[in-house]
Amino acid sequence: MGYKYTAAAFNQLLENLRKKHRVYAPILLKGKGKFSDADLVGYDEIARVEEVVFNQKSYFSPKETFYPITQTLFYFAGDEFKESVVDEKGIIVFLRACDIQAVERLDKIMLENGLSPDYYYERLRKHLKFIVMDCQESFDSCFCVSMGTNTTKNYSASVRYENGLYLSDVKIDIDGLFALYGEQFEVSPQFVETNKQMVQVPQNLNLESVAINPIWEEYGARCIACGRCTVVCPSCSCYTMQDIFYEDNPKCGERRRVWASCHIDGFTDMAGGHSFRRTNGERMRFKVMHKINDFKQRFGVHMCVGCGRCDNACPEYISLAHCIDRLGKEEVGNCG
Amino acid sequence: MTINTKRVMKNAWRITRDRNLTCLRIRVPGGYLPVKLLPLIQEIAERFGNGAVHITTRQGFEIPGIAFEHMTEINALLTPLIEELEVKIGVTIDQPDQGYPSAGTRNVVACIGNKVCTNAVFDTTALAKDIEKIIYPNNPHVKIAVTGCPNDCVKVHMHDIGILGQVEPLYDAQRCIGCQACINNCHKVSTGALTLVNYKVKRDASRCIGCGECVLKCPTAAWTRGGKYYRVVIMGRTGKKNPRVAATFLEWAEREVVLKLCANLYVYIDKHIDRSLPKEHVGYIVDRTGYPIFKEEMLKNVDLGSKAQLASILNFAGPMYDNHVSFLNT
Repeated sequence: MGYKYTAAAFNQLLENLRKKHRVYAPILLKGKGKFSDADLVGYDEIARVEEVVFNQKSYFSPKETFYPITQTLFYFAGDEFKESVVDEKGIIVFLRACDIQAVERLDKIMLENGLSPDYYYERLRKHLKFIVMDCQESFDSCFCVSMGTNTTKNYSASVRYENGLYLSDVKIDIDGLFALYGEQFEVSPQFVETNKQMVQVPQNLNLESVAINPIWEEYGARCIACGRCTVVCPSCSCYTMQDIFYEDNPKCGERRRVWASCHIDGFTDMAGGHSFRRTNGERMRFKVMHKINDFKQRFGVHMCVGCGRCDNACPEYISLAHCIDRLGKEEVGNCG
Repeated sequence: MTINTKRVMKNAWRITRDRNLTCLRIRVPGGYLPVKLLPLIQEIAERFGNGAVHITTRQGFEIPGIAFEHMTEINALLTPLIEELEVKIGVTIDQPDQGYPSAGTRNVVACIGNKVCTNAVFDTTALAKDIEKIIYPNNPHVKIAVTGCPNDCVKVHMHDIGILGQVEPLYDAQRCIGCQACINNCHKVSTGALTLVNYKVKRDASRCIGCGECVLKCPTAAWTRGGKYYRVVIMGRTGKKNPRVAATFLEWAEREVVLKLCANLYVYIDKHIDRSLPKEHVGYIVDRTGYPIFKEEMLKNVDLGSKAQLASILNFAGPMYDNHVSFLNT
């Protein structure tokens, strides 16, 4: 069912959604850019639809809204422990088709990989509802079409801003509020069908030859192992554990889980000093292969959803899209 | 030929090696020049000079090889340039068609600032222009420079007043993944103000100089930019007596404070300058009066705010070129 809303009507809708939900969207975070007098498009709670940035890609992905960067799992004191409490409110997130596909990738690794689902992921994930933002135009670094992630049907509602109105296709009305505040209107969400950059995704890489491909040395010489590509990635899920012993009373403390990155020093450090991937080139190879080969072997879909955020974030201008394309073209070339 | 050298020099024309020729000095506040003014500079150099300009260390142009007789005509030609670079930014010049009204107070120079540079904390040209508005036209020989961050690419430490941008970094521990990029970088390129405590970062505010390197290196925006502040260094100089690097007078000062200090400097100079000399450089006045008197005059009617730190002493270092002071006959 489609609806149209004036800003005032959509804001009433939001106000009522917010009674039982936290509503997150990409917004302009004033002055939060890396450089002075620069803004950042990132995720935060919204109260008004005018705050939502429709015409830019968010720098960070939506995953931080339901998979916190730092999350306390439990607290301990002597022999006792207490599980952390999470807000029981729903979580509504404005995000793109590729981002929703990325959440589906996170679900695979967090919920379907192994004997039992990840409890701490699941307890927030079960509250999550999607509002997909239409993509009428592709942004510069997007390559979702090549990855097959440019569309989705997995959403409660869609939204786009057009001629002063907010147009929404509602699949699962949340508490009947979309119908209550909207005026019926024929809407179907719009998704891009082509990107400015099309990428040749390799189909069946020969692991032995990939492993010794000289491109990893080249990327290794360029990469500075800062990890930006992984923290902005909507499908990266790696985390590490930190046990904190409070300074005042080291018998008390907490266990936290915090995002980690395969590019950053220490990620593969083992007890005894061994480290699997010491060079930045090896780390790049590991990440790329996970994104476009290994994950698919296990789960049937590529982990990379082609959002291009890693391209935007890399301070060394390394493009994952270009890297994938090189591997794809080499593969085609090698096959004749 | 009769020339009033003092008037000529005050009008930004030079006395040169060649008795018949002068040289015009054009100031570009903040070093940012709309290129529409370049044809005028070219025209003056080609029609009246030797077809070349010297790009000065103070971000201006000197047009050499001009006969003294053309000064009045060229001053009139300069009007649009003076209008654009001085009058338009709020500098009071009564007769812009008669050339520069003074030359003692030198052009305020600036690094390229945050229009281009990733390190710069603020718009250096904008501050340079605001300072120009306060201190120009003026006769005392004063050099002021503005730089966007503690790297000091402009070498403000060689100036009477040097202004360096500082940013107060804000830390959101929830966003920190403990990668230590900020910590390692701070130790490598800055003051080592950051340490890791319980996997999160602690900042020693007394060591932090506000360079913003932590913000630049943070992958998750756990570090972001807070307020803009300024370090004010003073009485750096070159010269034949005692060249020296400027000493910090204030740090974490607000913009309004910086502007007020620039104004107060001229009150101090006027009060204490040795008028028996043809000119006295402000640094030597401070050497004579001492820091306490300088400080008192500079801080008159200045509200330093809660963040600013004031130097208790001026810690200068630098060679003494006077052999009677610094060498013994052996």
